[in-house]
Amino acid sequence: MGLLSDPNRRRALTTLLTRLNTPLCVVCYLAGVAWFMGLAFQPFTLRTYMSENAMGSTMVEEHFPAGERALAMGREFSAHKKQAGGMPVDWLVKAMQAKGLEVFTQSFSRTLPFPDENKERYMVRGTNVYGILRAPRAPRTESLVFSAPCSPQGNDQAVGLLLGLAQYFRGQIYWAKDIIFLVNEHDLIGMQAWLEGYHHTNSTGMSWTPLHGRGGSIQAALTLELSSDVITSLDLVLEGLNGQLPNLDLANLFYAFCQKINVLCTIQGKLQRNDWDSVAGYSHAVQTMLLMVLKQASGRPWGDHGLFLRYHVEAATIRGINSFRQYKTDATTVGRLIEGMYRKLNNLLERLHQSYFFYLLPSLSHFVSIGYYMPAFGLLILIPLLRALDLWVQLEGAAPAAVDGLVDGEQPSSPGFLSVMTPVVISHLTGVALYTLPVLAQQAAVEHFPVSETEAVVLTAIAIYTAGLALPHNTHRVLSGQGTEEGWRVLKLVAVLYMAVLLACTALINFSLGFILALTLVPVAAFITPHVPRIPSALAMVLLSPACTLLFSVFVYQELQETPVSLLDGWSLFLSVISQGILDHNLYGSLVYPLISLLVYPCWLLLWNILFWK
Amino acid sequence: TWSWLALSRSALDSLFLCVSHFGSVSLCLCLGKAGQFFSSGHTNNWAVLVCTSRFWFNYRHVANTLSVYRSVKRLGIPDSHIVLMLADDMACNHRNPKPATVFSHKNMELNVYGDDVEVDYRGYEVTVENFLRVLTGRLPPSTPRSKRLLSDDRSNVLIYLTGHGGNGFLKFQDSEEISNVELADAFEQMWQKRRYNEVLFIIDTCQGASMYERFYSPNLLALASSQVGEDSLSHQPDLAIGVHLMDRYTFYLLEFLEDIHPASQANMKDLFKVCPKSQCVSTPGHRTDLFQRDPGSVLITDFFGSVRKVEITMESVNLTSPIVLVPHPPTSIFLQKPKQRDWHPPDGFILGLWTLIILIFFKTYGIKHLKHIF
Repeated sequence: MGLLSDPNRRRALTTLLTRLNTPLCVVCYLAGVAWFMGLAFQPFTLRTYMSENAMGSTMVEEHFPAGERALAMGREFSAHKKQAGGMPVDWLVKAMQAKGLEVFTQSFSRTLPFPDENKERYMVRGTNVYGILRAPRAPRTESLVFSAPCSPQGNDQAVGLLLGLAQYFRGQIYWAKDIIFLVNEHDLIGMQAWLEGYHHTNSTGMSWTPLHGRGGSIQAALTLELSSDVITSLDLVLEGLNGQLPNLDLANLFYAFCQKINVLCTIQGKLQRNDWDSVAGYSHAVQTMLLMVLKQASGRPWGDHGLFLRYHVEAATIRGINSFRQYKTDATTVGRLIEGMYRKLNNLLERLHQSYFFYLLPSLSHFVSIGYYMPAFGLLILIPLLRALDLWVQLEGAAPAAVDGLVDGEQPSSPGFLSVMTPVVISHLTGVALYTLPVLAQQAAVEHFPVSETEAVVLTAIAIYTAGLALPHNTHRVLSGQGTEEGWRVLKLVAVLYMAVLLACTALINFSLGFILALTLVPVAAFITPHVPRIPSALAMVLLSPACTLLFSVFVYQELQETPVSLLDGWSLFLSVISQGILDHNLYGSLVYPLISLLVYPCWLLLWNILFWK
Repeated sequence: TWSWLALSRSALDSLFLCVSHFGSVSLCLCLGKAGQFFSSGHTNNWAVLVCTSRFWFNYRHVANTLSVYRSVKRLGIPDSHIVLMLADDMACNHRNPKPATVFSHKNMELNVYGDDVEVDYRGYEVTVENFLRVLTGRLPPSTPRSKRLLSDDRSNVLIYLTGHGGNGFLKFQDSEEISNVELADAFEQMWQKRRYNEVLFIIDTCQGASMYERFYSPNLLALASSQVGEDSLSHQPDLAIGVHLMDRYTFYLLEFLEDIHPASQANMKDLFKVCPKSQCVSTPGHRTDLFQRDPGSVLITDFFGSVRKVEITMESVNLTSPIVLVPHPPTSIFLQKPKQRDWHPPDGFILGLWTLIILIFFKTYGIKHLKHIF
């Protein structure tokens, strides 16, 4: 007889499973965490290399001469910006036309769902200015984008360098693609409006004027943020919306040119170290990787480039940093680096597709590909599956026992469909409330409480979240059948499977978010039963809930950035992160807030229900 | 043509007779050089130069082919006798910072493109099918003369291929391949149709030696830039243009050919020495077993140039001996296609394997079953 259909063998397997379940879960969890930490260890990573044949090596001669003139233009831009009190549209249009580009503008406006206290804006109205450098001999089928955001203070040198490079590029004849020089206002909102106008989509409810000039399908894009005349290092920012990353070849290209031109390059703001075999070197790599994981998990675009990725355009942001270091790099060198990168991107024949799209970078020269980091998550996801099997076995064991048992006294009633579905439905309704109410009810909250709109939204969200903790006591009044042994087992089976599927799907799209949620939710799912001591496990569950995970992540992120915060500052940062999450979802379509509120939070509530089953 | 050779042979004999009778100094000088007149059997030269790769980063393959074209033209082969196939247009590529030029030396010293370059097959016309049709002559009647290889049995043909290759194949246009078997069969077709006297086959690709492994027709001399398992490397990185300009083997071949002039006496043994491992990193190879003559007596200009040997003399020569027909040596040799012997495991291995199986069978199930087998 087959292995699973033979009752004797089956019983042996199931007893083995039941006996070894807890140790196996613990081993899997520790193995998953250890695997993840081991990813940053240099011998386990691979050196980065250029995969695209057409881009080849850094074999170009960079001739950009006009760094000082670019800085002068930046100062002019800053003066006109102060005068105009925003984007100096007319001056910029005239300047770009003088350089020989085809200049167009786009105006856009958006009313945010509630005021953004970080950037101090509510009703946003602005103009994007972009100039197209047409390829001298090529058909207008492909283009590259170079953008610099126009912010109220700072970033003038970037716009100056953009204009300087535009003038230099215009004098060359080897461009095979159009180059679009974009200066966007109100950073991400302006960029979203431009991209929507360029690709003829409208997914976020922004209103913008249509674009009059287009350049062909965009192959790659770079955003420059430069706020000082000289820099000491260049930082590369890769994480985009919903944790999407550009093709690794773009990072490889940047790193190759940094090495050729001898500019200090960093990622996550951290310099590379050579001593990978020492504890300090390893912890440095772990910190860099953890920063990338946290940034990717937040699902927000960390530079203006983050919105390009959704349209399958490989994009990255280069940020100039001026710290207290001896060796300074001037604007001409930065211009040469960008010129070299654009000459290499010009050689592309098709979109960047040869290198990895899913990776983690413990440093700029080493990477971890999806094949290496996914097993860490796989080990964690094994735990809910093991638990599900265990519960299934227990349920099977209980049913025949009920049949064989003598019918005397109370008959253990099989859990009704309603008693399982009710917690599920109520949890999801709470999730829906958490998703919709904060923004909808902000007016009512402002009338009744002395808080601003942003605070109202965030505090409503936290209030609904905490109110969900009181649910089990209320649902029990609704339920007719009281808590039975089988009832909670069925509910836990459903919850555990639901969580496994949810986390697996999340990890496929955004590995970091899935991994961080799994780290905290999987132990909860594994060990929650009605029989564990109530108060300590309730406390543990609250500490491992998504909101507290977010709070801890904020503190960990600040620690890793080497700017640790006090508890009060951390709390206010946590509140602003929640408001940013809701805003990102409304403005750019970030999926983290709906995921947490509509799917992860109800899942956690189901487990909370199980804890208070009796 | 046979009678011409016979006549020349008899003329040589009569010249010798003349010397023995008259002892004239000028005739001795003529005689000294006369032997060379008839050392090779060809009367005209053709060249088929093929570049098989497209895309901007394969600039060097086009530069390779154009360099060989330049040398061949300089040494005397006219455009009407050259079939030049270039798979992509580098001179007018949008990315070329110096339009209408193809450089073969960095610092832009040598422009091998110009207004006297005649490309016969260009762009997507360079396919395996077209290449084989050119070699075998099976072209549709509407094909113009410039696209045909109109060689006869007195033609020495130079065939130069460059591009990306592997073990036993050469890649055409990033979409198809020609295998070494196909190439060998094409040469056999050429031999049977009397389309060549001798062929010099040069290939500059990775693992190029695999392409001449399967040749079986006579009078083929083959050179390759690298052995099986080796890569041919590129040379001349040019920062202004942004690509490699030449491959190593062809670069040193071009350097060697720049020293050759139409009267030069350099022979094939010098050509075999071009680009040793110290310069090329890969090991160039050559194949001479199918070639009738000794490579040391074959001049470079027999293939790369179109040299007409003309001697003007005021003496009259009396041809008194009768015309003797001298059979053309190569026709008497018809080589068979070499038998392909694939590797089989040694017989003892199979015997031993079955012995092992039977022993184990009997050990497990007991010796008593033996009587059922035998």
